[in-house]
Amino acid sequence: MSSEPGPLLQVEHLKTYFPIKSGVLIDREVGRVHAVDDVSFELGDGETLGLVGESGCGKTTLARTVTRLLQPSGGSVRFQGQDITELSQRKLRPVRREMQMVFQDPFSSLNPRRRVREIIGGPLRLHGASSSKADERSREILELVGLSGDHMDRYPHEFSGGMRQRIGIARALALSPKLVVLDEPVSALDVSIQAQIINLLDSIQDELGLSYLFVAHDLSVVRHVSDRIAVMYLGKIVELAAASELFEGPIHPYTLSLYSAVPVPDPKEGRARERIVLKGDVPNPSDPPAGCRFHTRCPVATEICSQEEPPLADYGGGHLAACHHPQSIGAARIKRASRSPASPESSARRLPAAGGAR
Amino acid sequence: MSAPLLSVEDLRVSFRTEEGVLQAVDGLSLELAAGEILAIVGESGCGKSVTAMSLMGLTRGANTKIEGRVKLGERDLVGASESELLGVRGAEIAMIFQNPMTSLDPVYRVGEQIAEQIRAHEDVSAEAARERSIELLGRVGIPHAESRVDAYPHEFSGGMRQRVMIAMALSCSPRVLIADEPTTALDVTIQAQILERVMELRREENAGVILITHDLGVVAEVADRVAVMYAGRIVEQGTLDQIFYDPGHPYTWGLLGSVTRLDRDRAGALPSIAGAPPSLIAPPQGCHFRPRCPHARGRCEQVPPLEQRDPKAAGHLDRCWLDLEAKRSLRQVEGGIGLAPAAEAQA
Amino acid sequence: MLRFAVRRLISAVLVLFAVSVLTFLIFNVIPAGDPAVRMAGKVPTKPQVEAIREEWGFDDPIYVQYGTMMKKLFTGDTVSYFTQLNVVDEIIKGAPRTFALAIGAAVLSLLFGVILGVYGARHAGQWSDRAITLLAVLGLSLPVFWLGALMNHYLGFELGIFPNGGYVEFGESPTGWFWHLMLPWIALSFLFVGFYSRVLRSDILETENEDFVRTARAKGLTEKQVMNRHVLRNSLVPIITLWGLDFGFILGGGAILTEAVFNLQGVGQYAAESIEQLDQPVIMAVTLFGAFFIVLLNAVVDIVYAALDPRIRLEDARAP
Repeated sequence: MSSEPGPLLQVEHLKTYFPIKSGVLIDREVGRVHAVDDVSFELGDGETLGLVGESGCGKTTLARTVTRLLQPSGGSVRFQGQDITELSQRKLRPVRREMQMVFQDPFSSLNPRRRVREIIGGPLRLHGASSSKADERSREILELVGLSGDHMDRYPHEFSGGMRQRIGIARALALSPKLVVLDEPVSALDVSIQAQIINLLDSIQDELGLSYLFVAHDLSVVRHVSDRIAVMYLGKIVELAAASELFEGPIHPYTLSLYSAVPVPDPKEGRARERIVLKGDVPNPSDPPAGCRFHTRCPVATEICSQEEPPLADYGGGHLAACHHPQSIGAARIKRASRSPASPESSARRLPAAGGAR
Repeated sequence: MSAPLLSVEDLRVSFRTEEGVLQAVDGLSLELAAGEILAIVGESGCGKSVTAMSLMGLTRGANTKIEGRVKLGERDLVGASESELLGVRGAEIAMIFQNPMTSLDPVYRVGEQIAEQIRAHEDVSAEAARERSIELLGRVGIPHAESRVDAYPHEFSGGMRQRVMIAMALSCSPRVLIADEPTTALDVTIQAQILERVMELRREENAGVILITHDLGVVAEVADRVAVMYAGRIVEQGTLDQIFYDPGHPYTWGLLGSVTRLDRDRAGALPSIAGAPPSLIAPPQGCHFRPRCPHARGRCEQVPPLEQRDPKAAGHLDRCWLDLEAKRSLRQVEGGIGLAPAAEAQA
Repeated sequence: MLRFAVRRLISAVLVLFAVSVLTFLIFNVIPAGDPAVRMAGKVPTKPQVEAIREEWGFDDPIYVQYGTMMKKLFTGDTVSYFTQLNVVDEIIKGAPRTFALAIGAAVLSLLFGVILGVYGARHAGQWSDRAITLLAVLGLSLPVFWLGALMNHYLGFELGIFPNGGYVEFGESPTGWFWHLMLPWIALSFLFVGFYSRVLRSDILETENEDFVRTARAKGLTEKQVMNRHVLRNSLVPIITLWGLDFGFILGGGAILTEAVFNLQGVGQYAAESIEQLDQPVIMAVTLFGAFFIVLLNAVVDIVYAALDPRIRLEDARAP
């Protein structure tokens, strides 16, 4: 465990916009896709933060911006106390050692022409390890992820999906990172293999004290692995809370409807459950709705929702939600709420009134 | 149950490949009644999609061998000629596929693609087919169907495309609808919309639905009966409650146990199934699950029959030698159903 | 569409300008490129060379020379340094021959390319498919000057079925025109038929595996409908693109070898001769002539591409 002051990763008002260009002669910027639009959160040592949301909500863009695979349009990312937002690619190199990524598709994220030895040992040698040192470390890591040294000279295509994802994890771990960003690491895998990989990630975290930023669309998986969960909708965090608290008392109607949309693998409970089926699709992120971005699909939206962007209110215990009509909680807690500094800069000052709850 | 709508008897599908003969489906039997949703559950490569495709003869080819019987009413589709099958496909049995992003032809308007199916089976004018397409699009919940009928697939989102696929599948009022992982590629809120639509259709049209999926949550939500497939065989079959609350096959335990649940707190490691499914070119002798099963014994080297084990549970069949009492005690893991790791199981 | 057309036009002009400058510059740096020396005959004397240099303006600064050259080109006044014939007139004389060759070969190669490609895909792995593959490889590897010469010799000279090279005006004798072009068409399209049939075959096999083809089958369409409406429709897009680009290349005189072997006296052959003599005005003119057709067909291909694939239109409107 590190004794660094402050959180391992601190993201403040981070924005990633993609320009949309058009024009007859010269391309002018005619709009922007607000992929990540003013997002703040922290991640502590040994902690797992889950990032959920539907496709197009910006979770993958956020993960890639945090690791500086994408250049942020605004805000800052601090890693181990160091501001890495503007670091040059060269100065990023030592940071990259400590911050690794695992990708969704174990079939396309490994170079098919490289042996396992090169895939895992490559980054080690790049950072100055000798061949024999790299081999030794690769063997160690392979065993850690449940493979063996015998697999060193094989090519990715010789492995099944689950084993390939293990190789992807081994590659990320080779440099002993502090933070691993996992982008949909199990969504391409079968259920029984998913369980194996999730267990593996859990045990590695216990052993090495890593922090995970776990991006996924599957809420059940995220709930299983995360300490805290942030729910994203159209580039913004709409709710952030401890994993158990988020699903026991979801405050944002979007979280509530996400939760209710996930089928429960238990027929009796499923029949007893009330379901909210949201209407329509997620709006186009290049032209997001004004006010609260969810108001076009929200079952409890009122006039104010289309006019004012709700701030992230802190309802105590680190439970943040951005909604004018908080759900699942009583008037007393709504009254005690304060505006979180993680609120987007464009959001309103005003906190939800206790009477506004339904 | 009255005469089933569709009955499959001892279906065997094998493919000749460079490495050898791949037995994708190995003696599969099932029945589907009108108005019923039967879920076929299994992991990738277990033969569930091949089964679905083979029902309509879509796997026919020079390197494929299909044996057994698929009876739609009185007709056998395995022995049917290609031209007989043309009249069945899309008209009596319709199909929706996993990936709505790639299942529509990118170069034709969606209306044209729906009308094409109508006109393949019915002698109607282009205008009439177009009118029907608009009506169908409206029925599956596509807003502004009159104008969207002229849009191209790429102008639709994934959920909307899947609705188009459903509209297309319904266009000739099929008796059987096969839905192959219809929501796997979609977000949960869209998945909920699509599943509602499928349930509505079953009610409105009284069609039999075969739902192929790996997602036990989806199964629990919509299915009436469940067949669990492993390595080309059905290993267990029964009503929804029988499968979820009294599962008889260790593979089913493993599947149920390894599912992450949203309504449960994190409870240590997930009980997972060790290893990976076998190759279907050289599967293990006897029970195919044997190499991964902590309860395997000498007897498992012979294929267990798919039989009813509990005399009181009509229609609940499984393919495992263990006796009923042993099953019920072995599957208990931490108060839930799961496949205990080998060490604990022996203790 | 407007945005597309305007951008295309501007880039076309820029490309042609760049081509002209480059061609001009290359001429000025290659050894033995000094036209005055070459024009002065076998044993040039210094005063002769100087006189020629002054007369033709070869001592002007290079950009002035370029300007003069381009001006003469566009007014149609430019003449060959060696034959003194008007270059534009010569191109106008050669163009119908080149066009006739190009159009015929293009039709033949597309027609047979598609037929053999579809046939090969439908019989993939069978002996007939292998035979087509062999033929295609032959077409791709046999140089046209060799194949053409062979055809010319055996079918033309020895057997006398076809005329032994040369060209007859269409107005003079339509059958003669056709007869004279027969061998050049076949020789030239042989290469493209091989290429297109291979590309189409593999495209069809790939499209066959697409999900939408499975959907088409599940709809109850006949195999023929699936093939024609869905597989072919999608697989033809890349072929049409390649074909359009090749067509532009041949129209612009790119089939130099074919023209020369059959002595068609088209623009390509004219270009070849001018290059042999390092005849700058002619080279400039034929290069621009060729570049024009290549750029033009490129634009046409883009438009056709958008018409064939509706997804392209959207990308154009939305930009990257």
